[in-house]
Parts: sequence; structure tokens; C-alpha cells
Amino acid sequence: MAHATLFIQCIVDGMYPEVGEAMVRLFQRLGITMDYPENQTCCGQPSFNSGYRKEAAKAAKHYIETFENAGTIVCPSGSCVSMIRNHYPELFEDEPGWRERAERVGKRTFELTEYLVDVLGFKNTGAYFNGKVTYHDSCHLNRYLGVSSQPRELICRVAGLTFVEMEASDKCCGFGGAFSTKYPDISTALVKEKVQNILDSGADAVVGCDMGCLMNIQGYLNRHNYPVRVMHIAQLLAGVKGDAA
Amino acid sequence: MSDEILTDKYVENSTRAIEDDILQGALGKIQSGLAKATQASYRQLDEGPELRMTAHDIREKTINNLDVVLTQLAAKVRENGGKVYFAKTAEQAVAYTLDVARQFKVKQVVKGKSMVSEEIGLNPALEAQGIEVNETDLGEYIIQVAGEKPSHIIAPAIHKTREQVGRLFAEHLGVPYTDDPPELTRIARKALRDKFLQADMGISGCNLACAETGHMTVVSNEGNIRMSTTLPRVHVAIMGMERVVANLEDHDILFRLLSRGAAAQKLGGCVSYIGGPGGPDFPDGPEAFHLVILDNGRSRILADPKFREILYCIRCSACLNACPVYGKIGGHAYGATYCGPIGAVLTPLMVGMNKAKDLCLGETLCGACRQACSVNIDLPRMLLELRYRLAYGDDDWQTKQVSPLEKTIHQAWAFLAGHPALYRAFLKAGAMGQKVFPKYRGMIRKMPGPVAGWTRDRDIQPLAHTPFRERFKTLSSKKVR
Repeated sequence: MAHATLFIQCIVDGMYPEVGEAMVRLFQRLGITMDYPENQTCCGQPSFNSGYRKEAAKAAKHYIETFENAGTIVCPSGSCVSMIRNHYPELFEDEPGWRERAERVGKRTFELTEYLVDVLGFKNTGAYFNGKVTYHDSCHLNRYLGVSSQPRELICRVAGLTFVEMEASDKCCGFGGAFSTKYPDISTALVKEKVQNILDSGADAVVGCDMGCLMNIQGYLNRHNYPVRVMHIAQLLAGVKGDAA
Repeated sequence: MSDEILTDKYVENSTRAIEDDILQGALGKIQSGLAKATQASYRQLDEGPELRMTAHDIREKTINNLDVVLTQLAAKVRENGGKVYFAKTAEQAVAYTLDVARQFKVKQVVKGKSMVSEEIGLNPALEAQGIEVNETDLGEYIIQVAGEKPSHIIAPAIHKTREQVGRLFAEHLGVPYTDDPPELTRIARKALRDKFLQADMGISGCNLACAETGHMTVVSNEGNIRMSTTLPRVHVAIMGMERVVANLEDHDILFRLLSRGAAAQKLGGCVSYIGGPGGPDFPDGPEAFHLVILDNGRSRILADPKFREILYCIRCSACLNACPVYGKIGGHAYGATYCGPIGAVLTPLMVGMNKAKDLCLGETLCGACRQACSVNIDLPRMLLELRYRLAYGDDDWQTKQVSPLEKTIHQAWAFLAGHPALYRAFLKAGAMGQKVFPKYRGMIRKMPGPVAGWTRDRDIQPLAHTPFRERFKTLSSKKVR
């Protein structure tokens, strides 16, 4: 039986706990047992992306200490996993001991859909959703982890669902972390285009794997009163027939 | 760079560009059309898109041995009868070109499109000496007539519509208004034909210089470079010192990738291989050929192992076409010669990180540029590296710490990240404190201070009252549905 140690990144923990809950329900249905280390905090990505590597390294050390005794670690975010797997080793260029520990824990940290499809071999999760769905490729998941087919495999097998590709699904939504508040005009211009592509697809819901991007898309949809639902893939896959849509 | 640097106006210039509907239309076409076509053209390579990785290795090797390769190039060019000048600065490159012009009593210059000549501010320097300069690339010609600067590395007038060009030509060239592109091209061609025949000097850039043979390769899609470099008596080619390949095998690979990255072409429309001046036994070519090899800050980049990779660039401009930020703000917003992702890395290294900080901070790190790059340069890595130098300051680059306050905030966050109990308490306090903000359909409508920009045209999700960490225990004890 599969066992996963959950890393629930700050934005889901603090702002979208229902995404974490959905992931737990999904894993329970799939027979995956879980544990959740209480000491977990932030992976350090916000600091790293802004250039504050010493501060990011502190967060990274905390993550490594918290998770290095875990088996398989699963996180519902491609950008956090990319931070851990791709950038942690860079942070410890001058600390070979830490670098090695970072590489070890990085190899065992997986994004949700790559865990389900690549590690466990699931494609049909037995989920149900009545509606038309489109998928937004988050940049770090798609380009830095190479995960783009896995979420589509999972989505397309959801019963009752019609999948439709939007135009330029792999174009950045304009989130970019601190970029979104430092350069709001550029960021907003980008999310405006993303939302237009979502609307043009005719989908009832847009699904993604990273709450950063989805928060950005949802923020724009909400402000402009567009009736498109925003769902993390964990929420989509947690749904079963009989749920209130 | 001798031209005015406006990198510190990035934010306001971006906003102006976003509000310019004509520009938005033009940029949208480049991004949806050319960017996709370039990816398809990489896939159609006999070697497949992995050729980009091979090209990266080739560039790495060449740049790591740049002194040797450039010495060989210079020797070969001289052997072929050309003159070579190593210019340490933009000023030296300009002064040398002016000297040659004086020597040949040059009154008129025709120019092939060259970003490096923009970099050194050559046109105004020539004009200040009373020399008439005519750009001969159609796009460059348009913006020269308009008195503007290029907004794209290979499509300099992408920000102009045919209607605007029609009005411009009618106003400046004394022709009746038309917005028919073939007719506009004919008008430009007619105006330029006389210039080609009258010019004493041709100036070009250099797409690739080959050390093994000592020849320059220059590409155009209009044949204008061929005319600029063969009709006048003297030809001056200017190259950034990194634009060299060691041998013809490397040249073949890089040249094929350059054409695909630039215009999704298998090969540029008109390719000139320039081997030096003509002579008694070899009537083709100008009386004299001069090659200016420009440093202008490149040695300093070469000396920093974290930034050396930016010198692998062959200026195909594929990164511009794929970059979502360039696709919204256009080239002028970057405020310096090189725009788009390549400019976002190169410009701070050339004009100063503090002065051009917005270029490297004002990018989303989406990685589309690396995927588009014909030689697979890791541009996002260098954007992050620039941010790192800005975060703490860097004496080697005379870079000052960008924001002590921001650093303090990250220090505080890092402290919390290392202390789970305090981290939890902080989030709790945030969930309480946010109640003061106005909400709409469950989301916050207006935020203050540094995050006010977010809520200008977007709402934001509030912090949950009960975070996931407090919910997990009850969840995990529930039965499976």
C-alpha cells in the first residue's frame, strides 16, 4: 500500500485549506495512507525568486530537516516542488553536506499529478464531474518539471467531464510571485489575456495544479464577475457522483 | 552605450505600451504566429530540437576559448586582405569608423540592419560629422524616417501599422498616401536605390564570423545587406566579440538555428558570405574591408562565470517572440538597445544592475525564453542571479543592495519558516487582521501598501480561519467515503 508524506505549501495551508482537504479525500479513496509533519512551514521559494538566497537557504534547511526521514513526499504545487528539487542544491553550492541532503530529499519530493501518474501509475481515479473543463499549464510545473501530460491524463478520465484545450494553455498567467504586486500592470495584462482564453474555450471550470496561478486567475474572474469555476486538480479528482456541483 | 538609457522608466513605459492598442495587436500576432512557427521549425530539423543542446555546447566551448578563436579570426581576416580593429569601448569603435570614413572622404553611408551599431550609437556620431546615413532594411528605414528606435531585434518596426507607414512616407518622401504593403515597399526601394548607388561606405553588423575561414556571414530577407556591402567603396562590419564560431562545422549548426530562431526559416532569404575586399584577381567586393570587434563590457561579463552564458547568444530574437512580458510591453519599454529576455539579462550587465533593475525583476520567470532560445541559454537562471546580486549588493559589479526594507521582510519570513510555532501564530494573526479589508463574493477587494497593485484589477483570497494544519487531524480520522 502506498504511503505519502504531505507537504502542503503555505498558500494552500493558509488560504486554500479546502485544496489540501480534497487531496486527503482523494488519497483516502485511492487507498493511499498519509502523514502530515506538523513542523512544516514554507519552502523558501518567495525569497529565492526575489534574490534573497540566504533567507531561502534557512527555509530550505528547515524543510530538509522536517522531511528527510520521510519516504515519498507529495505536494500539490509544481513551483514548490521545482524549488525543492531544482533550486535547493544551488543554494548549498558551498555546503556539500547540505547539498547532498537537499538532493536526497529533492528526489523524493513529488508534485501531486506526477506522483499519481508516474509513481503510482493511476490514470483513472474514479472521479466524477459534470461539466466542461479546461486546463492551465503552470510554468514551473510544465517547463521546470516537464509535467504536462499527467494532469491531462487524469482530467480526461474523470467521468461526466468534457475536456477542452484553451488557446495558449502554456502561456504564463502573469502571477510570477512578487512580480504580480511589483509590476501590477504587466501582471494584470497577462491574466486578462489568460482569462480571455479561458472564456473563449467555453469551459465551465478552469483546472490547474498550482494555487499561485489559480489565485491570480480567480482574482481576475471574481473582480469581473465571470461565472467560471476555478479548481485545483485535487478538488476535481476528489469529486464523486452525488457531490453537489 | 552612447544613446540615452531609459531603463529606469520601465514601469511607466510598460504601462503606456499596454494601453497602446495598435502595439498590442502587432505583438499579439508575433506571439501567436512566429513563436509557434519557430518551435515547429526546431522540430523539423534533421537532428531534431536537441540540436539546440549541441549548439549550446558549441557556444560554451567557443566562449571559453574566445581569446584563441578571436586571434585566429583576426589573422584570417588580415590574410584575406581585410583590416581588423579591436575596440574596447563603444567610443573607440565609433572613432575608428569615423577615421575610416575620413580616410575615404565618405559623404554617404548605407547601412544593413545592425543592433551593435545601435549599441554604440553610430548613426548620430556619423551624422554629427555631416555624413548622411541611410538605413536600408525596410523596417529600420521606416523607423529612421520616423526618428524612432527599433522595438524588436529583427523586426524593428513591428510597432508600426501599414497605415502609419503610409502617412509617414507621404509626409517625408513626397509620395501620395497608400497603405498597400507592396506599394510601400516599392516606394522605399525606389528611394533607397539611389542611396545605394551614391554611397561611399557600407556598414553592416555580423551574424556570425568564422575563425577558420575569416569570413562574415550576414543575413537579410531583402537583399539590402548584399547591396550595402558590395556597392560602396569601403565596407565596415561591426561585431560584438562573442559573435564568432571556430569552424565551418559549427557555423553550419548555428546558422541553421539562427534562421529558425529568427524567422522560422530553414535559411534566411539572402545570405552574404563576406571574405574581405575585392582585388585585381577578385573583382567582387569593396576596395577596403574593415572588421571592428567590439568589447564594450563583454570581457567583464566573460569574467563572471555566472553570467558568461549570456555571451552564447546569437541574437536570433526567438526569446522576444515567446516572452509573455515582451508580448505585452514591446521593445521600447526596456529603455535600451536590447529588449525582451535577452535584454533583461544583458542590459543590467551593460548599463548597471541598479539602473536596469526593473528589467530583471519585471519578468515572470516562466521559462518560455529558454524553451525558445535557439542555443538553449538558461535565461531564467541569470534573471535569478541578477536578483541575487541586487538583493545583497555586489562590489565587483558596483551594485548596491536594492532594498534594505525588503531584505528585512525576507529575513523575518525566513525566521518564521524556521520556527513553526511562530509561523502558525503569524498566520493566525493575519487571518484576524485581514477582517478590516472590504470583501466581494468572499474575496478581498482592496489591499493597502506594497500589495495594493494586486487589487487594482483583481480580488484576492483571504486567509482561512482554520488552516489546513488544524484540519488534517479530523480529516485523517474520518472514514473513506
